[in-house]
Amino acid sequence: MDLTADFFSLFDLPRAFRLNVPELDSRFRDVQGRVHPDRFASASEHERRLSMQWATRANEAYQTLKKPLTRARYLLELNGGDVEAENNTAMSADFLLAQMEWREAVMEARAGGDHHELERLYNRLSGDMAGRYKEVGRLLDDEKDFTQAADRVRRLMFLEKLLSEIDDALASLED
Amino acid sequence: MALFQIAEPGESAAPHEHKLAIGIDLGTTNSLVATVRSGLAVCLNDQRGRSLLPSVVRYHADGSVEVGFDAQKNQAVNPRHTIVSVKRLMGREEKDIAHIEAMPYEFVEASGMVKLRTPAGVKSPVEISAEVLRALKNRAVAALGGELVGAVITVPAYFDDAQRQATKDAARLAGLNVLRLLNEPTAAAIAYGLDNAAEGVYAVYDLGGGTFDISILKLTRGVFEVLATGGDSALGGDDFDHRIYCWVVEEARLQPLRPEDTRLLMMCCREAKEFLTHNPEARITARLSTSEMVDLKLDVATFAAITQTLVSKTLQPVKRALRDAGLRPDDVKGVVMVGGATRMPQIQKAVGDFFAREPLTNLDPDKVVALGAATQANLLAGNKTGKDDWLLLDVIPLSLGLETMGGLTEKVIPRNATIPTARAQEFTTFKDGQTAMSIHVVQGEREMVADCRSLARFELRGIPPMVAGAARVRVTFQVDADGLLSVSAREQTTGVEASVTVKPSYGLADDEITRILQDSLAHAKDDAMTRALRESQVEARRLIEATEAALAEDAHLLKAEETAAITAAIAKLRAAAAGDNRRQINMAMDDLAFETQEFAHRRMDQSIKKVLAGRKVDEIRMGEKE
Repeated sequence: MDLTADFFSLFDLPRAFRLNVPELDSRFRDVQGRVHPDRFASASEHERRLSMQWATRANEAYQTLKKPLTRARYLLELNGGDVEAENNTAMSADFLLAQMEWREAVMEARAGGDHHELERLYNRLSGDMAGRYKEVGRLLDDEKDFTQAADRVRRLMFLEKLLSEIDDALASLED
Repeated sequence: MALFQIAEPGESAAPHEHKLAIGIDLGTTNSLVATVRSGLAVCLNDQRGRSLLPSVVRYHADGSVEVGFDAQKNQAVNPRHTIVSVKRLMGREEKDIAHIEAMPYEFVEASGMVKLRTPAGVKSPVEISAEVLRALKNRAVAALGGELVGAVITVPAYFDDAQRQATKDAARLAGLNVLRLLNEPTAAAIAYGLDNAAEGVYAVYDLGGGTFDISILKLTRGVFEVLATGGDSALGGDDFDHRIYCWVVEEARLQPLRPEDTRLLMMCCREAKEFLTHNPEARITARLSTSEMVDLKLDVATFAAITQTLVSKTLQPVKRALRDAGLRPDDVKGVVMVGGATRMPQIQKAVGDFFAREPLTNLDPDKVVALGAATQANLLAGNKTGKDDWLLLDVIPLSLGLETMGGLTEKVIPRNATIPTARAQEFTTFKDGQTAMSIHVVQGEREMVADCRSLARFELRGIPPMVAGAARVRVTFQVDADGLLSVSAREQTTGVEASVTVKPSYGLADDEITRILQDSLAHAKDDAMTRALRESQVEARRLIEATEAALAEDAHLLKAEETAAITAAIAKLRAAAAGDNRRQINMAMDDLAFETQEFAHRRMDQSIKKVLAGRKVDEIRMGEKE
């Protein structure tokens, strides 16, 4: 094992989108427990540097694998795909239309100070996204259709952004 | 010390001597030092049995320095040269400091961090803080009777890079080996969590003399994971004193005051604030130098009214930290109160109302940070006894960014990223044959560079001349476990390592540290050479000990000739360390370090493999639960 090993092998986990997250959590803590700089506070300078590199890598790996969107993007990257590069590919018209409708609904609820409506939108969107992530899992793990998966992931990038906008709106109402 | 120590299997068989390590809470108003004795964290008291040391430094006309209670007692006599709350000045420029006009000090025109003129010469806040640290170090050395291997120094979680660097510099000036800078709320969480075997999500609300922190932590089986942190590094108990002071000036219709009177009244206001914690009403009486008398009564309700905005100012960061952690107030299992200022009833009430639960106050809010720091120092020094083992995962409080076109910032590392963390960014040249470029690193959440803190300007030189846009300079930003930033750069197409010149916008340059160290050594009539030699010898012994322990455990990872090379290097270093040629010792240390590099890699590998081995992936499920 070395510092350039991929994030899945760093935690000795199968390279797949469907991931046992509690297992990832506990493996992350185990690995960090071994490599963290606090374990090497009195070690030689070289070992301290090594420890910092490993701990940095473990943190990066954990952050990437923990969230489904970054995990999916990372898997695409490992399989030679690049989501960003194809960013200019046009989205289907009905997806974009649906996006606009969502945004209007959020703006309206926000302007009207409608906390309830924002929460409803939030829950509806999260539910919709969970279904989409399931589809991404199927495309990545079972069908190995990386082109389709990349397309779905790009949509999810939009939706994640929308979700955080609703979250921001909710926070601004609470303040 | 424990009566007997049981070696863990796999741990070095050599008997561990108990290493002396301390934790220091370097506070705005008061500072403390603590250590672990017989497995218990305790604060170390002064000769009169007091654990607090007022963070007050007085410079006398003859150039001598007084720290602590005596300096505090006489602060109204000579406010100009008696420095209080110096922590507020750490890593700060004049324009950043609130109420600077009310401070009686003589500030010296200087770029970067403020400097003060004193009878002992021009002093930076770093040097003044070093006096407080030195006093605590001396107290610890006297109490423990031996050489300290190192110290954990606490800083507010919300301290930025400049403030952290300044604190670390101060510790270096005081002759302390800094094992770690530890965030104050995290230190408190260690003390509280280990004491109560706590599990779940906890909030630490830490209102000190001059700083406010909120940290949200998840405690799981020996792991302290900071989920989010927030705060205000210029808001604290001092500000409550200042509100009372303003109220007094208005009520008593006082004319502009002399510095002595201001300091005197501020002291009365602080006393009144403390009195109101347990009493419905406080009397504020003072005779000013103009022989004018001040005699006022302040009741709890008025006090709460004039400080209400300060209290609600603390709740904004609390809300944001919770949101950053993706949690709601009722997800929090307990709220730990830290810092003397949390004794104020209006604070307790506001926090209790917000979280809809009684805050936890069973630990002394003045001592809990120092005790947690000592506990961590003990662990870092290697005084581990099997069961006492935990892992700290802390975060960076403020985003790091770069200046881009039009004075905008581009985030490189987001706030609340677990440290250590790194991020690489690629840049290119915009002119043919360009061999240098400058990069401006800032810290903060705002969009405009002007609204963030400028940390450093880097000049990348030695880029091979190429056509515009052809060079690819990869700049790596690394934040270490202390939350401190370092930068390195490399030109990708040619592999040329571009040199990085760090020009700290704040903080001290390295040569400045050297100068101050030399000055102070000359002043103390200490022999710098002897001290350096002793340090090298200590370091050599430590290195030999660590290498031998590693060999005892993991010799099987080495080929016979590798073991022989390491053993030979150890012997050489041992011989060198017995002599008094410092250069030879350092060379032998370098050689041993070189011979053990590969060994260190293999040991790290083995350690990771070991911890993951035997785990069964019995059930791989889709991570739907996020």
